[in-house]
Amino acid sequence: MSQITLRVNGGSHTVDAEPTTPLLYILRNDLGLQGPRFGCGLGQCGACTVIVNGAAVRSCITPVSSVRTEVTTLEGISPNGKLHPLQQAWIEEQVPQCGFCQNGQIMTAKAMLDKNPHPTDAQIRETMSSTLCRCFSHFRVQTAIKRVVVKGVARGTEDASPAAGREGLA
Amino acid sequence: MNMAYSIPETGLPKQIEELLITHRRGFLRTAGLLAVGIAGYATAGADEADAQSAAAPYGTDPGPGPYPIPDFHQIDSWIVIHENNTATFYVGKTDPGQGTGTAFRQLMSDELDIAFDKTACIMGSTDITVDQVGAGGSSAIERDSLPMRRVAAEARRVLLGMASVRLATPVDRLTVTDAVITVGTDPSKRVTYGELIGGKKFNVALTGGNVNSINGQARIKQIPELRYAGQSIQRDDIPAKVDGSLKWAVDVKLPGMVHARNVKPPFACAKLTGIDESSVKNLPGFIRVMNKGNYVAVVCEREEQAIAAARVLKTSWEKPKTAPFPSSEDLFDYIRSAAVAAPPAGGGQGPAFGLSRPVVTGDPDAAFASAAKIVEAEYWIPFQGHTALAGAHALADPSNGQMTVYSNDMKTYGMRRGIATFLGMPADRVRVVYMQGPQGFGRTAAEDAAAEAAWIAQQLGRPVRMQWMRDEETAWDTKAPAFLVKMRGALDADGRLIGYEYNARACDLNHLGYNDPQTTLIAQLMGTRSARPGGGSASMPSDSYSIPNRRMTADVVGLPEVWETPLRTGNLRDPNGPQAAFASESFIDEMAVAAKADSVEFRMKMLTTGTGTDAGSRRARSMAVLKAAAQTYGWDARPSPKPLDAGNILTGRGIAYSFRGESMVAQIAEVEVNRQTGHVFAKRLVCAYDVGFVVNPEAVRRTAECATLHGLSRALYEEVRFDTEKVTSRDWFSSPTLRHIDIPKKLEVLLVNGDPNPDRPDLPSYGAGEAAMKPMIAAIANAIHDATGVRLRRVPFRDDRVLAALKAARVSPS
Repeated sequence: MSQITLRVNGGSHTVDAEPTTPLLYILRNDLGLQGPRFGCGLGQCGACTVIVNGAAVRSCITPVSSVRTEVTTLEGISPNGKLHPLQQAWIEEQVPQCGFCQNGQIMTAKAMLDKNPHPTDAQIRETMSSTLCRCFSHFRVQTAIKRVVVKGVARGTEDASPAAGREGLA
Repeated sequence: MNMAYSIPETGLPKQIEELLITHRRGFLRTAGLLAVGIAGYATAGADEADAQSAAAPYGTDPGPGPYPIPDFHQIDSWIVIHENNTATFYVGKTDPGQGTGTAFRQLMSDELDIAFDKTACIMGSTDITVDQVGAGGSSAIERDSLPMRRVAAEARRVLLGMASVRLATPVDRLTVTDAVITVGTDPSKRVTYGELIGGKKFNVALTGGNVNSINGQARIKQIPELRYAGQSIQRDDIPAKVDGSLKWAVDVKLPGMVHARNVKPPFACAKLTGIDESSVKNLPGFIRVMNKGNYVAVVCEREEQAIAAARVLKTSWEKPKTAPFPSSEDLFDYIRSAAVAAPPAGGGQGPAFGLSRPVVTGDPDAAFASAAKIVEAEYWIPFQGHTALAGAHALADPSNGQMTVYSNDMKTYGMRRGIATFLGMPADRVRVVYMQGPQGFGRTAAEDAAAEAAWIAQQLGRPVRMQWMRDEETAWDTKAPAFLVKMRGALDADGRLIGYEYNARACDLNHLGYNDPQTTLIAQLMGTRSARPGGGSASMPSDSYSIPNRRMTADVVGLPEVWETPLRTGNLRDPNGPQAAFASESFIDEMAVAAKADSVEFRMKMLTTGTGTDAGSRRARSMAVLKAAAQTYGWDARPSPKPLDAGNILTGRGIAYSFRGESMVAQIAEVEVNRQTGHVFAKRLVCAYDVGFVVNPEAVRRTAECATLHGLSRALYEEVRFDTEKVTSRDWFSSPTLRHIDIPKKLEVLLVNGDPNPDRPDLPSYGAGEAAMKPMIAAIANAIHDATGVRLRRVPFRDDRVLAALKAARVSPS
């Protein structure tokens, strides 16, 4: 075991763990975060996704000792209870069924939009493709992402097309 | 109208509010002596301040028990009115994400006459909600909404009676708006529900012999009188699912808890011959190896330690003398020649073993003898897994001589009974706290991790968290039965379907019960098993076609070994429906092709020519969904297949229809088939759905969208693969699922009301959770045929199989 310091959602935490421990278990079991979830432990499904250095990272296969920069989890994208535009769109579109995968859907979408606020349909489908959902909410996930893209709110710009309702996006 | 969930007037966050509400309920029930758990929250103490500060946690003190199930004859078991004039409904169903909890709130708010946003609905925890079985068979709204409405209506009646006394006014001069009762002529005379009964019990008994027949003296409202039901109110479970605040069953942590992981046999039906504990005993955090029979698990202090120890533990196993099953490539030859499982000797109340006795109408032999054309086909549907996004999991707490299990089990009451029997404890010493988990389409009706966690917890005397790993879940979860269906059809000279034979064989012997203490996997591995395997079932087609001469059989066969095997069958979302519908609706399409008829018209003709009464309106409603789907799609009548497109991408469309119970569904798929790669892309899907009275249209549309795509995933990708020793599809590469790049560009769900009297004020609601998956596989197969002229009769339509079929038909160059 060794002392490892992590910066997560704006705070600093020191934990006692084996350096090879996957980040996921530290976030969940030592820091009490519950956004990232165990789905496969293989980096295949995306349920454990967090954002590190602007990239969507699979925390289930990321050794905690390899993380040198700020980690953002689902809990960290709605500071002071103000929902991120993606979270708001998720509610407006009524996206989740069971919701277990939605951490990965939202965090993967956020990392995508942070880099490219106006992805094409094809880019959305491609970027999201290895984030799995076994209730098959994919269609609504894509619709919610497009809702945010059209509104331009991911960049904090004005809502340029208030008429873009869900019918226009589907 | 869209109405957002809003926080009740205390202004507290929703989960804390629920905790508070529950807290009061505990106070009500037990004179303040104990705390109760609620969707994972439990606390000690009896005042609100404690409840708020106890946001920390669930279960720090689960209370001394015992934990009897609430009495269904008491209004107090279902509805609690609080002093602040809000209400909490307690419903013994579980909502794995289709919105039934919100729908219950809508209906019960309507009957009680209280504003929707002043209510909460608590579901499925065995000590605080009545045993209504939990989720299953799309029963929540279809079956359970009526008793819930009757209870709420009765509570309203009782409150009006109390107000009548308080206000010295006859009941018929009182009106209720949003839980405030006023005297019609004098609005200053008013009293709220909270003032009448807040913090106190109703103490009013209901009548009825069982939980489905409970009733009071009040009459329920008719549909036009309902205010919230019928509206797309936003689901109340969604905000916490997207902001990270929801406590899932995987999130529960208790002081002193430890982590367990299983060590599964490397081969099916293997016998454990040795454990080398020295291989793990020096690992950090190691606590103990657990073993009984062929069940092996490792317990460690930390989660990652348990994972590592389970991987490292050295065990030795002896393979069975004969192969427990054929390989997945040989499965259908096996099923074709296997002996049909016989019902138990002497008949009686044995488990279902299919319907070996043929169901015959007319004179099929004569019809085939006179046929102008006969078509025969055989369809193959493999085992398909639940493959939930995360493995089975549970936390079991043995404190105070009780057993509290935190679980996402959809049938918590069956789990409670099963675990009590398995552990040898009285049922009222076991409680199951229902919490959300990944995907609830039947895997958690036959859950495995809770019994494992509970057994280990009982042995260790510490709270134990069990979690199945990915390979373990994919290989060992319960499977939907594989089907082999032989079909034969006879056309007369006018192209009418006059003879029809359907012979299904479901590989389903020893289909798992609901958390049965003798069939849960740990029990099987420990050598506990009933004298004979449980039954299974095989389904007939669900259609309303008028075919004058039919002979149908549906038999069950078993694998060579049905115990301790990863090929255990269990319920998966309409357990046999998609298999039977794939065969029957592909075959109807084949008959339409043979008759050179348009496939919608061919079907419609067999529905319109029906004779006799249409008592359940099934024929009328079948036609309504077919019509709605065809119109929305813009279906142009023509025979199939269409002429081959030039170029690599071949396009086509297909339709299929079926029903589950009284829920009608027709689906149209438009596909693109790549003749170079064999890849099938469903470009557009239409789903026309008649589920009667829809309580929450948006929630039903979402459920139908997702079920439609579930069907697409099963059509294109899903198949459990195995050699003769083990399942070989064990992760998301070897067991692929639908991905974002596979999602149709257009997906339309139409809610249809095909009732012959569509405005009737008592229109029933029918189950919406499953049927929208049923015909999808057939719709895809029919569309592939329309595009390519090639008929695919084996599911799934993987690229390699499609390409091979296209090459064989010279549609693709070889």
